[in-house]
Amino acid sequence: MNWEVVIGLEAHVQLATQSKIFSSSSTQYGATPNTQANEVDMALPGSLPVLNRQAVEHAIRFGLAIGATVSPRSIFARKNYFYPDLPKNYQISQYEIPVVLGGTLPCFVDGKALTFNLTRAHLEEDAGKSIHENFATPDGRPCSGIDLNRSGTPLLEIVSEPEMRSAAQAVAYARALHALVVWLGICDGNMQEGSFRIDANVSVRPKGQAAFGTRTETKNVNSFRFLERAISYEIRRQIELIEDGGKVVQETRLYDADRDETRSMRSKEDAHDYRYFPDPDLPPLIITPAWIAQVKDSMPELPKERRHRFVEDLGLSSEDAAQLCQDRQIAQYFEAVANALPNGQAKLAANWVMGEVAAALNREEKDIDACPLSAGALAKLLARISDGTISNKIAREIFTDMWANSTLDADAIIEAKGLKQISDSSAIGAMVDEVIASQPAIVQEYRAGKQKAFNSLVGQVMKLAKGKANPAQVNDLLKQRLDG
Amino acid sequence: MALTETDIAFVAKLARLHVTPDQQPALKHELNLVMGLIEQLQSIDTKGIEPLAHPLSVLHDIELRLREDERLATNTIAQRDHLMQNAPATADGLFLVPRVIE
Amino acid sequence: MALFLDQYADIIALRQALDNKQISVKELTQTLLGEIKHHANLNAFVDVQADLSLAQAEIAEQSIACGQAGALTGIPLAHKDIFVTEGWRTTAGSRMLADYRSPFDATVVQALLKAQTVSLGKLSCDEFAMGSGNEHAATGPVRNPWDLDVVPGGSSGGSAAAVAAGLVLGATGTDTGGSVRQPAALSGICGIKPTYGVASRFGMIAYASSLDQAGVMARSAADLALLLDAISGFDPRDATSIETCRAVANAPGRILSDYTRFNNRNNTQPLAGLRIGVPNEYFGDGLNNDVAQAIDQALVVLESLGAKRVSISLPNTALSIPAYYVIAPAEASSNLARYDAVRYGHRTETYTDLADMSARSRTEGFGEEVRKRIMIGTYVLSHGYYDAYYLQAQRVRRLIAQDFQRAFADQCDVIMGPVTPTVAPAIGSLSTDPTAEWLGDIYTLSVNLAGLPGLSVPCGFAPGHRSQPLPVGLQMIGNYFDEGRLLAVAHQFQLVTDWHQRRPGAPT
Repeated sequence: MNWEVVIGLEAHVQLATQSKIFSSSSTQYGATPNTQANEVDMALPGSLPVLNRQAVEHAIRFGLAIGATVSPRSIFARKNYFYPDLPKNYQISQYEIPVVLGGTLPCFVDGKALTFNLTRAHLEEDAGKSIHENFATPDGRPCSGIDLNRSGTPLLEIVSEPEMRSAAQAVAYARALHALVVWLGICDGNMQEGSFRIDANVSVRPKGQAAFGTRTETKNVNSFRFLERAISYEIRRQIELIEDGGKVVQETRLYDADRDETRSMRSKEDAHDYRYFPDPDLPPLIITPAWIAQVKDSMPELPKERRHRFVEDLGLSSEDAAQLCQDRQIAQYFEAVANALPNGQAKLAANWVMGEVAAALNREEKDIDACPLSAGALAKLLARISDGTISNKIAREIFTDMWANSTLDADAIIEAKGLKQISDSSAIGAMVDEVIASQPAIVQEYRAGKQKAFNSLVGQVMKLAKGKANPAQVNDLLKQRLDG
Repeated sequence: MALTETDIAFVAKLARLHVTPDQQPALKHELNLVMGLIEQLQSIDTKGIEPLAHPLSVLHDIELRLREDERLATNTIAQRDHLMQNAPATADGLFLVPRVIE
Repeated sequence: MALFLDQYADIIALRQALDNKQISVKELTQTLLGEIKHHANLNAFVDVQADLSLAQAEIAEQSIACGQAGALTGIPLAHKDIFVTEGWRTTAGSRMLADYRSPFDATVVQALLKAQTVSLGKLSCDEFAMGSGNEHAATGPVRNPWDLDVVPGGSSGGSAAAVAAGLVLGATGTDTGGSVRQPAALSGICGIKPTYGVASRFGMIAYASSLDQAGVMARSAADLALLLDAISGFDPRDATSIETCRAVANAPGRILSDYTRFNNRNNTQPLAGLRIGVPNEYFGDGLNNDVAQAIDQALVVLESLGAKRVSISLPNTALSIPAYYVIAPAEASSNLARYDAVRYGHRTETYTDLADMSARSRTEGFGEEVRKRIMIGTYVLSHGYYDAYYLQAQRVRRLIAQDFQRAFADQCDVIMGPVTPTVAPAIGSLSTDPTAEWLGDIYTLSVNLAGLPGLSVPCGFAPGHRSQPLPVGLQMIGNYFDEGRLLAVAHQFQLVTDWHQRRPGAPT
């Protein structure tokens, strides 16, 4: 049986605001339990919600970035269910009329460009947290502790169409969405802290069947790796189940990272009647064309626009452009370097930013904003490669020195260590002659057709030149001398 | 639309209320009296009439007023305890509830 | 038995006495605390804390001493136990909140505190404001000072009884389906509910959010004007709070300004040009004859002041009952979900798990009427019924609101009629049919559904279940934001009548 996988993702994105969506309590992570919860967050009798403007603005920003429709009028609705981390025992969310409708998100899967459609995005409040360790009643029954600091944090729930057909596609979409919300500045993207959480809806169906199979929802996955593993597990589990004659049950599941499996959640209400109705405490949210225009004006250049620019204006490949535009700050850094170089050297800048710079940052677990080399400093180094003063290899050594000591200047190091590339043909020619003369056996091998022998001879010349010979010239001259 | 015992059990579960078997008949009777009253609404022709969620929107459109994004200072332990003074059970500043197995 | 406050006709009279140092705020407060104890049989008060009241008296006293007294400085009142208060317990008439202590004050309470009134305590109400007789309070029924065997009305029954008995000069209440106007009528005092959104709901324990509105009760329309003006105002903590009332800022001063302007019209007759709409539907079979007569006589008085009676039709009046009893329970079922024994409120002793703990606690903590309304509300919102019941009720609601707008557009300036079909029934006379109690709300519900302002003033007496004379109230309904004019019309009525000056125990 040939199976097709159908995946849709719901992302819960914590919006980067100072205060909560319906109360003025702080949203800062890591505070002492229940010290960032006021009467509204604790749902004390008589408390009422008041909507945070910034949360709406972030939603508008997102809607514009994905080319969606921003609803001029949207409604907050109560989603009614009992749960201890939900103080009112209803969640203020949006149901029939959300703030954002439609939209698309381009991503790269295995180097190929794919665009996925989004269904909608809506504003809602986050729930509190249950802490399960070691609490008990005096007679020994286990308890959970409820911390409401997180309760009321603004969330944008972003729902995709069920268009992904593999775990890889789902992860690519999730990564692209994550990169976008961070790029836009509407979310800090910190998955360990729960700023970006994914629910994966997974179902399978025989290839060619039009109807969807029964889907399960795996909730609250907070890493791309876990997402890939959870989806893969679910796909395998569902296929095995059906092939064994069973039926997939529509249910909510959790991914257990320790066991690398998903399992059914027992505690959620089996009777999911949320009794949605418009929240009478909150009149309709009106978003005027003027407000949308204002947000549009203040938007940063979007990743896809910048990618386009990198390809069209700077001549990068779309893969390189995509990779550089994953992170707004890296893209900015790269562009600054490229602009400081003569025309047509953008590829060189790209290679270095994606290569040496990225590697060094990773090694030290630093972000680009902590890079010891300013864009200008790096550009100066790369300029010396492009004008032939030094080779790539030498440049890497200089880079290491500059990284360790950011006061150092590329030219100064070149001067001090005498690293100038030898480009004088007669000097190189002399070294080539010397090597040919001293390596008759290897020369013989080359003449016999072994290409490897040529590389070996090049290596010998470079050794003689202490690495400072212009490699291109070495190649040319050696070839000339050998081929006569 | 008369309520059955199953309906009542379902509604009680959704509403987190206990209805004992011997309470069922009387409750069913009373609730059905209420539903009988409410049924009157069914025969009213409301085609083209929008639901009125906010009474004053009959006067002019009511818009949601927005709050500026300014955060309050984090509470001190004393302030927190003041807000939590009515909690039936707490420990380490957390509200305690019977553990929910997930 | 004459009470201390009986010697003061209204707030202004007491103001003069206080300012002239005829009596001190402290003495006044102490005397009233004593009288409240003495009248415990009314069961009007649920929490009295002498030291808290005296502390407020002290502040008022100082203000008077410095010559900085405002209109309400030192005036004794009390708050319906649906408003959260720091210091005094807040129970909403429920076992669920038997020992609840709010860490903050309701906005309405803060406003009256700022005006330097003195609170004598918290007043009994029907549980979570659901009821029309104050018989559904956890602390037992409240008694009507006019006849201890009859109800004072509800849900603000404690407020009405306290004012009617002369224990305080004013009280706050809430009106979701008539719960200020109806007890005012049945207890022979004045009560007003402003336009929805004029007074803040922050700190008002929610029953039905789109219908709830704070109101005030007192002995005269003039007093209502002072109190209502003080509690009115835009509150940024309530997203349904109104900022401007027809281009005038919603703030203290607006209502008094309108009130004064209407009262000071230089007309030969005080109500010249006023068209009083009298709805046909309010004078149908259900209305007791004697009540109807009292209303009619009141209208005659108003005509003598220059007003003109106009017959109008509010055709959807009867539908207000089913519409309200879908919308209010629906919103209540959601508003009361927070009482789950996790963060506050009654928690049961034995339970198996969390769901069981919440269910038992709620079943033990909530009374029968509240549980019933939660069940109905949950049902009408449930899958498959939402459109047929809840949305349909909201559509009918619009029809009802439109009825009023049509009348106000070109037929009349104010609408008048009875508040209740009968006078106060005997305590315990409620039938087992829950809908029977509800039919008595027919004249008041549509005002809440439309969000309009409405008031009740005493206009006579009619025989009760033992043929004893019991108070009748005249209802006045205004267009949006017309509180000031409504109160002025009521005031003009009270200048030429004395129903509002009658006291329980004295011959009627």
